[in-house]
Order: sequence, then C-alpha cells, then structure tokens
Amino acid sequence: MAEDWQQGGFGLYIHWPFCQAKCPYCDFNSHVVAAIDQTRWLNAYLAEIDRYATLVPGRVLTSVFFGGGTPSLMEPEIVASIIDRVRRHWPVANDLEITLEANPGSVEAGRFTGYAQAGVNRVSMGVQALNDTDLRRLGRLHTVADARRAFDIARSHFDRVSFDLIYARQDQTLDDWRTELSQALEMAVDHLSLYQLTIEQGTAFGDRYNAGKLRGLPVEDLAADMYQATQEICDTAGMPAYEISNHARSGAESRHNRVYWRYGDYIGIGPGAHGRLTLDGARHATEQWRLPGKWMQHAEANNADEVISPLSGEEQAAEFLLMGLRLVEGVDPTRFEKLAGRPLPVEKLAYLEEFGMIDHGPSHLRVTGQGRVLLNAVLEQLLVG
Amino acid sequence: MTDLAHIRNFSIVAHIDHGKSTLADRLIQLTGTVAERDMKEQLLDAMDIERERGITIKANTVRIEYPAKDGHTYILNLIDTPGHVDFAYEVSRSMRAVEGSLLVVDATQGVEAQTLANVYTAIEADHEIVPVLNKIDLPAAEPDRVREQIEDVIGIDASDACMISAKTGVGIPDVLEAIVQRLPPPHGGTRDAPLKAMLVDSKYDPYLGVVVIVRVIDGVLKKGQRIRMMKTGGTYDIDRIGVYRPAMTAVDELGPGEIGYITAQIKQVRDTRVGDTITTEKKGCETPLPGFKPSVPVVFCGLFPVDSSQFEDLRDAIEKLALNDASFSYEMETSAALGFGFRCGFLGLLHLEVIRDRIEREYDIELITTAPSVIYHVYMKDGTRIDLHNPADMPDPSHVERVEEPRIKATIMVPDDYLGDVLKLCQDRRGIQLDLTYVGGRAMAVYDLPLNEVVFDFYDRLKSVTKGYASFDYQMEGYREDRLVKMQILVNDEPVDALSMMVHRDRAEQRGRAMCEKLKELIPRHMFKIPIQAAIGGKVIARETLSAMRKDVTAKCYGGDATRKRKLLDKQKAGKKKMRQFGKVEIPQEAFISALKMDD
Ligand SMILES: Nc1nc2c(ncn2[C@@H]2O[C@H](COP(=O)(O)OP(=O)(O)O)[C@@H](O)[C@H]2O)c(=O)[nH]1
Ligand SMILES: C[S@@+](CC[C@H](N)C(=O)[O-])C[C@H]1O[C@@H](n2cnc3c(N)ncnc32)[C@H](O)[C@@H]1O
Ligand code: SF4
Ligand SMILES: [Mg+2]
Repeated sequence: MAEDWQQGGFGLYIHWPFCQAKCPYCDFNSHVVAAIDQTRWLNAYLAEIDRYATLVPGRVLTSVFFGGGTPSLMEPEIVASIIDRVRRHWPVANDLEITLEANPGSVEAGRFTGYAQAGVNRVSMGVQALNDTDLRRLGRLHTVADARRAFDIARSHFDRVSFDLIYARQDQTLDDWRTELSQALEMAVDHLSLYQLTIEQGTAFGDRYNAGKLRGLPVEDLAADMYQATQEICDTAGMPAYEISNHARSGAESRHNRVYWRYGDYIGIGPGAHGRLTLDGARHATEQWRLPGKWMQHAEANNADEVISPLSGEEQAAEFLLMGLRLVEGVDPTRFEKLAGRPLPVEKLAYLEEFGMIDHGPSHLRVTGQGRVLLNAVLEQLLVG
Repeated sequence: MTDLAHIRNFSIVAHIDHGKSTLADRLIQLTGTVAERDMKEQLLDAMDIERERGITIKANTVRIEYPAKDGHTYILNLIDTPGHVDFAYEVSRSMRAVEGSLLVVDATQGVEAQTLANVYTAIEADHEIVPVLNKIDLPAAEPDRVREQIEDVIGIDASDACMISAKTGVGIPDVLEAIVQRLPPPHGGTRDAPLKAMLVDSKYDPYLGVVVIVRVIDGVLKKGQRIRMMKTGGTYDIDRIGVYRPAMTAVDELGPGEIGYITAQIKQVRDTRVGDTITTEKKGCETPLPGFKPSVPVVFCGLFPVDSSQFEDLRDAIEKLALNDASFSYEMETSAALGFGFRCGFLGLLHLEVIRDRIEREYDIELITTAPSVIYHVYMKDGTRIDLHNPADMPDPSHVERVEEPRIKATIMVPDDYLGDVLKLCQDRRGIQLDLTYVGGRAMAVYDLPLNEVVFDFYDRLKSVTKGYASFDYQMEGYREDRLVKMQILVNDEPVDALSMMVHRDRAEQRGRAMCEKLKELIPRHMFKIPIQAAIGGKVIARETLSAMRKDVTAKCYGGDATRKRKLLDKQKAGKKKMRQFGKVEIPQEAFISALKMDD
C-alpha cells in the first residue's frame, strides 16, 4: 500500500541561519554574526545530507529549497557542492525545483550567475515593500531601486522568479496597498507571496507593540478589506491565490511549499529546521538544534537532530488538515480519516457549511474564499471541537 | 477550679487592622503564656486564609494567667471572635460567652463602621467595655480627637481609655490591670447545679476530630462524662478536655465561668451548632440557654467546574466542606450554559469567597462562580410563597402577586470629601437614607438598602469611589415588597439562564443596556453576527449586535514547521476550555461575572 506521504511528494529544506541585519518584525531563526566560516558550514551540511541519505534512500526528490535567514549570503560554490551531493544521493524528478531565497541587495545580485550555474532554477526575493519609507520602517537594508535592479538581474538568470511583499503595514491605507499591489503585478512574472504583517512575540515589533508604541496598524476590518482587495486584484491580473498568501499563474506554484501543504515527506537540514519523514511506515517529526553554534557542534559530532519522534495518527491528521486547508485546492477528507482513524466531525462540517466557510463532498474539502480569511476559526471548529 | 472572682472573660472588638491580633499577641507574650522562642505573629489566626487575609473566621480562645497588682493571680480568657458581618450570629454567641470587651480603636483612624457594629453587639451582650487607643507610637495618632469620637458616636465614657502601642508594647501592663479592675468576673454560676455550657464554636482537627470551644455556666465538665447537645440531641462521651494557652493543654475539668475545649468523638462540625447548650445526658439542666438561632444562608450563587469533567470532584469537595460548616448549604444545579454544578448558600460574601478559595486551593478545582443573588419571597396569586434562590427559576409573572426582597441597614463611615460619591452610590443602588451625621471630619451615613444591590460589587465600588477611606457594615432588616422583575439575556435569540437576574422595573432598561454592552465586549466575534438582547417577559428592552468576525488567519507559513501550528492549536484548546458553548455561541466564563459588574 502506498504510504500517505507519497500524495505530497518528497522535498529537502536547507536552512541558512545568517542575515546581515535582523529585521524588527522577523522571528525566523536568523542571526547576525561577524564572520562565517563557509567551508565549515558546507562540510556540516554535507555530513547531515549523507546521514539522511542513509535514512531515506532511493526516493524521487521533488524539490530543494534554500531558506533562511538569508541564503543569498552563501557562496555559490557551497550551493553548488550541496546540490551536487543531493543529486548523487537521490534520483530527482525531471522538473526538480531548486529554490533559493534572496535578499534584493546589490551584493546578492552579483552572485546570481553562480547560483544559476550551481543548478538553482528559482529564486524568491524578499522585496517586502515598494516604497522606501516603508522599507526603512521594516528595517530593510535595500531601496526600491535596489530591489528592481536585483529583480531584473534575477529574471535574466532564472526561469522562475518570485518575490515577497509584506502588507497591512503601519499607516498603510487600503488605497496605498491597491496602488502598490498593482505596481507589483506589473513587475511580477508568475508567482507572488503577499503576507500581511504579523506582530510576533520576541521581536522588536512585538516589544514595541506590547509597550503600546507600535501605532497605525490596521484594525481587523481594514486588514480584512485589504485581504479581500488583494484577492480581487490578483484574480483580475490572472494571479489567483493558490494558498492563503501565495499567488501564481496556473502551473507556476511553488512545488516545494506544496510538499508541505500536501503533507508530503521532507528533510529539514540546518539550525532549527523541521522535517517530516516516514521511517519504517511511521511518520516522524524531526527538528534540528536551533542555535547555529549548537547545531554545528552536533552536526560535526554526526547528528544535528535535537528531536526525532513518531507522530500519532491524530497528530498527523491534525497537521494534514492545518497544512492542507491553506491550499485553495483543499484536501481529500479520506486521507484525514485514514490518518485519524475517524471521520471529520459531521456536525462541525454542517456548521461550517451553513455559514459558507467550506465546500465539501465525499472526496473533497475546501475552504471557500469567504472562509479562507477565517481559516484559524475554521480549523478550530474542525480540530478543537 | 478557680474561684469565680479570679476569672475574667473578655473579647476584643475592633475594626479590621486596628490591632486586635497584635494586642492579643502582646497580652500572651507579656504574661509569659508562650515561651519567647515560640512566639510568632498573629498567634491566634490558625487557618492559612485567616493569616493571609488578616481576618478571623473561627472563634479562638486563649487562657492567660496574670499575677495582678492586688497580689492575686487571675485567669484571663480571651475569645477572639470573627469581626466580619457575615458571621454576625457567631460573633453575638461568642460575646454572650464573655462578660467584657476591650474596644480597640486605631488612634490614627478613629471609629469605623465595623467598630460600631461590633461594639453594639458587645453592648447588647451587657458587656463592660474598656476603650483602648492603639498605635499611639505613630505621629499621626490623635488620641484626644478619637476619645471624643468614641464618646460622641458610641456614647461610652472614654476618659480613662488605655493608651497603648500594641506594636512596641507601651501601655500593655495597663491593659492587663484594666481587665482585672474594670471588667466583671463571671456572673453567678454554681458548681453543684446540673451542667450547662455554651457551645461557642467548633472546628475540625485532622487528628482529634471535632474540637468544641465551650463556656461553662453551671456545673462541671469532666473527662468521661456523657454529654448531650440540647438542640441537635446528639450524645457523646468526652474524651479530652483542656484549655488553649494557646497550645492545647489538658485539664481535669472546667468549672463555672471557665472557657476551654472538649473533644468527644464528634465526626462532623455539622453535628455541632454554635449557640447550642451542652448538658449531661442524665440529670441534665432543664432549659437551654436563650438566643439560639440556626444559621441561615442569605447569599446564593452557582459554582460550576471550569472543566466539566471535574464535576464529581467538586461534589466531593463541597460535601467535605459542608460537613465542617453548618452554615453553608448546597444543592445540585444544571445550567444550560454552564452544565452541572451546585447552587450554594452562604452567610455573606466573605463566606462565599472563603469557601470558593478553599475549593480552588485545597481541592485544586477551577471554578466559575455565577453572580451572587439573595432569596426573594415570591407570593403567588394562589396564595403560596416561593423562596426564590435562583433568578432563573422565577415563575411566569402572570402567576405572581408580588415579590419581596431582603433589605439591610447599612452603616457607612467616610471622610467628608467623599460623602457625595457615597450618597450617589447608595442612591444608585436604590438606597433610602435613614440618617446622616458628622463627627469631626467624618460622616456617618445610615442607609436602608436592598441586599441584592449590595451582594455583588457594592463593597468594591465603595472602596474605589472613596479610595479605600470608607468603612462599611450592615445588618439584616427583613423583607419588603418592590417592583421586581426577572430580566433575561438572550444571546443569538436564546435565553442564557446563568445571566438571568432580578432587577427593579424602573432600572431594567438601564441595567439591560449596560449588560448588553458589556457582553458585546466580552463575547468574542463569531463567524456570524450575534444579537444580544435584554428582555422582560417576552419584551425586548435593550439590544446590541456583535458583528461577525472578519479576519482570523495566519498569513505566514513557517516552512515545514507543522509543529508550531499544532502547538497553536493546543493553545486554542486551552482557551476553549474557558468558554461555554451556548447554542452556536461560545461565551467566555468570565462573562458570567463581569457582565454584571456595574462601573456606574
Ligand atoms: N505602628 C503601629 N502599628 C501597629 C500597632 N498595632 C498593630 N499595628 C499594625 O497594624 C496592622 C494591623 O494589625 P492587626 O493586629 O493584624 O490588626 P487586626 O486586623 O485588628 O487583627 C499590622 O500591620 C500591625 O503590625 C501599633 O500599636 N503601632
Ligand atoms: C523566511 S522569510 C525570509 C526571507 C529573506 N530573508 C527576506 O527577509 O527577504 C520569508 C518571508 O516571510 C515574510 N515575513 C517574515 N516575517 C514576517 C512577519 N512578521 N509578518 C509577515 N511576513 C513576514 C517576509 O515577506 C519574508 O520575505
Ligand atoms: S526578514 Fe529575512 S532578512 Fe530580515 S531578519 Fe528575517 S530572515 Fe533575515
Ligand atoms: Mg487580625
């Protein structure tokens, strides 16, 4: 019998934990350090890749993703060596997707040739805003001009280029955002990630927010209107959402993220990286040591996993739904049933349907456009009771 | 056995924090009753809750031996009584067990409401009273002004009040002499007469079972004696007898005028009634002591476990507590909103809080407490009367002839500056002014108020409008008719039983509006809009609409970190436990109490 993960594919995530500066809103595992011994990092990554290759050999790899932090700080040679090693260990899909997250600074752009030669075929750029005042408020080091330049260079090197914007920023009006989004769509090739600014605890914005000093954030109604407008504008431009915050022309969706959302198996390598791997028929959660120093120490001692533990059927079912309902295509409820050993609660489905939040049948469950903005509440109904 | 002439029994009356416990400590210390190394503060307050909150819930007694200046050694028995209005009956019984009182007044504060309430109880018990001005070590002390105030307000001579500092020990010897010289010895009391003793209080001791504090009037209590409680009819064999010094110390017997404890294999405090008369099973006395009253709860509320699976644990806790507290009543209650729980009756708000704290702390059960309510007398058209403990049970108004509610007489003492706010508060709570007098910068307002308007948050409001400077006490004044109706709250068109309340007809609109507005803030937005209404009978008198939720989604996906999402879900689960499902609507528990608070 096919294992559950096969319906999602198999991916590899590499986490590069360094940045040039820490952005005030960011709670990703990213650190600013004076100097990085890139060769040492390369060897550690390779050791971990070798180790995982013995755990899950022979599978066809759908995607490799270099995420961060700022992976565009990696020397292209290192990226190349990693890709070589990966190709040596696993058979790869014909259309293997290799993505690298890049910050749109001029220095990074200079490395694009190298990345392309190394085999990277998709970049995702952290543009974040298309006006300089807001870029400064977001603590970004680049300007709009830098971003446009870097973007053009990227387009000349890679088949697929996507970029990220953060909206629902301080003092941003609905009209400001409409205008900015239209500009973004003029630039965009075939993929865009549009994230509403989230205030995370433990970040500089989080502290300022707690102290009541982060003013001008949109209230719930404005945020909802902005989300709505985003959907309409992108639909019209032929870039509909395929996930809560991700838009693409048909066929241009990020294959890597789709592995997560379709609840496939994925290896996570690098500080704090998470993985989901089916080993001997049981799906496991893996998590690597979070602090770069600690991770390095363990990787060099031959195993950088802090956690590797089996997931219960209920846990897998919950994760499957949490990830899958983010996708516009929705999920197959029979997968949930197989994992959980029970069907989804009928009365909750009826409740959600009554309020137009979902659309479902025996083999499909989708969150509607109206339900997508309330996804957390929908999931709470289905999973919390 | 001590000669009556060399016994003095007394209590100390004081407003909270005026120094009652500290003075008791000093008396115990100065007479060498406790070895210096065993001395600790607030010796007489035994329970954690008593120490923590600085209140006395159970009566305590201590026997002190004092060699007076006249050359005789006297036995002084101090009964420390609870000072709180909830325990007014218990206090009055304790007072009946002694012949005199020390009236302790903080010389920096003066007479307060509780001072008054307690001193009147002492006067009713025919006490000799020795005024004691405490805290004279403080620069803010104004002994002359306070002396004058005692004379004006209470009407007793304060010219030879003792001037002391319970903290530093100044004046304590004078207090001891005054007890001996100015308080009377026990009245009468015959050793040969049939046994007659008063049950002053009792408490549960895990090792000894129920320990009963007694005051012997006539006859002698001895170990091995078979005794009978005249009210409850129970008979027991005394197996221990002794006095508190303040540690339990065995004695052979207790004779007339003496105060001590007995144990007699009594299983439950509930089997003993404060104020009951203890006599011998055979050849006992004929008539019991006068004044016995069974204690009746006056304030009711629902207690529900936050985690509904803890219902059986709650039942267990309540049954155990009830065994040791005859004044606490309970019966099972089911609420559509809150599930299974108990409707409990208490002597007052403090009593309610103490029991609730003990359930939460000692039994580790988190509780939802519904708004306290009083007992309404509902007279039906068919001539019957219903005692309504729970507004949700109010019969259909078409069958009701009239409704009476309990009233209280409240005494509030407050500095002039805040008087206006206090009068407004009383007015807002449907109070009728009975008296208003001024004594040196302070006003004393006496109000006739519905108990219902006081049980909830009156005291909190009073403290807040007077910045803590007001003091408050009350006594029950019986029932009176008023235009009282049941107001229901409908959330999403369905009545929420736990939010039903009795209100005065003229205030219903205002209360209804306030409730709906409050609930609109307290209930989180849902996927649909929710009407919140207040209604009397079928008629809606106030309405608010909670608009539908607009956005609740996590924008960013943390790569493959599905664990993070699952943890978020666990948090939602924890939050969900604090909600109560009501039809399609979830109402947070806190709403059941907060919605009723009036921030006038
Ligand atoms: N300065 C001063 N403080 C005192 C004196 N007597 C009591 N206190 C303090 O007043 C507070 C209340 O005293 P306590 O005996 O607990 O009051 P109770 O509530 O009447 O039992 C405590 O902090 C005592 O330390 C005194 O004579 N002088
Ligand atoms: C892993 S991050 C980092 C990529 C790259 N280091 C950068 O900043 O350009 C991926 C994206 O998440 C988004 N993001 C990060 N923190 C966010 C926050 N607090 N709220 C909304 N979006 C956020 C940003 O758009 C960012 O480009
Ligand atoms: S947002 Fe990107 S560049 Fe900024 S700190 Fe986070 S990972 Fe680094
Ligand atoms: Mg005290």
